[in-house]
Amino acid sequence: MTAPAQPIARSGAKVAAWRPPILQSLPLRLSVIAICFLWTVPTAGLLVTSVRNPELIQQSGWWTSLLNPFAPNQWTLNNYAQVLQSGGMGTAFLNSLIVTVPSTVIPITIAAFAAYAFAWIPFRGRGILFTLVIALLVVPIQMSLIPILKIYSSASLYGTFFGIWLAHTGFGLPLAIFLLYNFMSQLPRDLFESASIDGASHLQTFIRIVLPLSVPALGAFAIFQFLWVWNDLLVALSFLGVSNDVRVMPTALLALLGSKGGQWQLLTAGAFVTMLLPLIVFLALQRAFIRGILAGSVKS
Amino acid sequence: MAVIARTENPPLSRYVLPIAGLVGAVLCVAGIVVLIDPHGGAKLLASVYDLLGNTDGATALRNGGGDQLVAKILLAIIALLVGVGGIWLLFLGVGALVSLLQPKWRDRILPWVFAGPALALLSVYLLYPAVGTFLRSFFDAKGVFTLANYQVMTTPDFLEILRNNVIWLVVATGGSVLLGLIIAGLFDRVRRESLAKTFIFLPLAISLIGASVIWLFIYAWQPKGQPQYGLLNAIWTGLGGGPVPWLTTSPINILCEIVIMIWLQTGFAMVVLSAAIKGVSTEIIEAARLDGATERQLFFGVIVPMIRGSIITVATTIAIAVLKIFDIVYTTTGGRFHDDVVANRMFHEMFQFFNDGRAAALASLLFVGVLPVMYINLRNFRRQQVEG
Repeated sequence: MTAPAQPIARSGAKVAAWRPPILQSLPLRLSVIAICFLWTVPTAGLLVTSVRNPELIQQSGWWTSLLNPFAPNQWTLNNYAQVLQSGGMGTAFLNSLIVTVPSTVIPITIAAFAAYAFAWIPFRGRGILFTLVIALLVVPIQMSLIPILKIYSSASLYGTFFGIWLAHTGFGLPLAIFLLYNFMSQLPRDLFESASIDGASHLQTFIRIVLPLSVPALGAFAIFQFLWVWNDLLVALSFLGVSNDVRVMPTALLALLGSKGGQWQLLTAGAFVTMLLPLIVFLALQRAFIRGILAGSVKS
Repeated sequence: MAVIARTENPPLSRYVLPIAGLVGAVLCVAGIVVLIDPHGGAKLLASVYDLLGNTDGATALRNGGGDQLVAKILLAIIALLVGVGGIWLLFLGVGALVSLLQPKWRDRILPWVFAGPALALLSVYLLYPAVGTFLRSFFDAKGVFTLANYQVMTTPDFLEILRNNVIWLVVATGGSVLLGLIIAGLFDRVRRESLAKTFIFLPLAISLIGASVIWLFIYAWQPKGQPQYGLLNAIWTGLGGGPVPWLTTSPINILCEIVIMIWLQTGFAMVVLSAAIKGVSTEIIEAARLDGATERQLFFGVIVPMIRGSIITVATTIAIAVLKIFDIVYTTTGGRFHDDVVANRMFHEMFQFFNDGRAAALASLLFVGVLPVMYINLRNFRRQQVEG
């Protein structure tokens, strides 16, 4: 933390000619690299172990394989083949997709209409109802588990994809409405006045003007909800259950943990399979994700 | 074409949208019927196979075998059609129907068409259950009013759980925010800042259970004399210590679990705080430098107080997530080594002991925990409304 001041400041301060900046900022750079390294080691250990020969895993640490990577019989992809087939991760991957896609698209659609109404259609009770949405933002899902479970078992919705789509839609709606409302209510008023002078109905204004302009907010929430649903264990465990034909990836990984506790080659490969899609989505759409985080958390 | 038709024959086209909406509504109901049936996808696909003459495939499907995968995908497509297409048709159809009404009625009904589905779902999935859970926490299994579900919270067993939740709240929240702040401050001053941030940020995409597996492997323990393949014990024994079963040793296991959460959440704190730091005006920073402030004084004495608002927001957001922490405890130890937390215990009361009353009381406890945040959110919103 005793990094020198001027040369590394990004404000373009003059660098003393007799001292190369690279030397001065070295402690800072080294600490940044060290932090990045520290943060990546856990995931690297997982990845390396998942492609190691199972016989080696319990004999030596994963880092020894990195030190002599060309030793014979070191690497294998067999762990993945095993976990996808007999471990049931392949089916779970598809189930996760089937759960996640509708659970992302449906709440966005419903929330967009609601956010528009809250932002631009005056109606009686609007203030109270939107206050309710804000209050529901922080209500723990735990408050919903028992009553919904009762409804689901009597309506035989337990263990169905339909049930979990609805549940994720319900739980995702407050944040979706809140984010989209924040965005839509910031659109310039003139836009709506000129549209209404042109004789456009609310429906037309919504479809032709508001939706196209809201794409950044819609995208940001889509990434949020996708990651949340894909990574969710609690809702899936409570309403979808553990049977092979419907269980999602986190549940399948939990089952592996219970039955194959010591078999690290399967656990690490399984964990990496569950992480694969979120990591790709995340890396590809990082900017939109950060924008969403900032919009969601920094409320003036 | 459409334009001509509209000008020549207005009454007809006025009814096209409502009719399309009604057709959509009928299709939606049919779709929901398929969706509600647990084997709806398989049954529908079997009927399609029958039509195509593939009787073997149809029979296999009806007996629970055959192309179950295709049936599942068919189900998902129907869900998307009903969920998205259905809602659009509903909105378009009803919206068009409503616009046929007199303006007075139209303006009264239209907002409810837009906001109605969302409000209905919120009521069913959040509002009604929250009230129900709170009420349930005052009743025993026979439906008799009791305070026992709350009285049990004062037993040593539950006091330990509450203590653990407080440790989680303080250490996990404080750790994530502090690390996020320091990392944001450091990374702000190097080139390739966004690349460096990606490393810290990446765990945010990983599920809590995925992260738990990653760290279970780090905390792995082998008896003395055997090779320590867990990273932490390898380092620890390398330094001369004896192997430690980290996750079963109280109270160190709580910290080990908290580290997982900090590893995940620091990236979130870093992103928000980094944006806040960039918002501090360069003039103030330059002025402080001219006054001879060291970089450390500048950061903690000038920048941190200026971004206090963002720090509080980040801390609140992380605290809410930490309060409800479930996955990490459930998957690493199950809370069996004096490291149990409220949400984990609630899950066990619900699914293992079938003690709904006590589970409801534990959930209500979490709800009480978020009440201050709810109050602040509402107050901020009110203030915003007044200003706007």
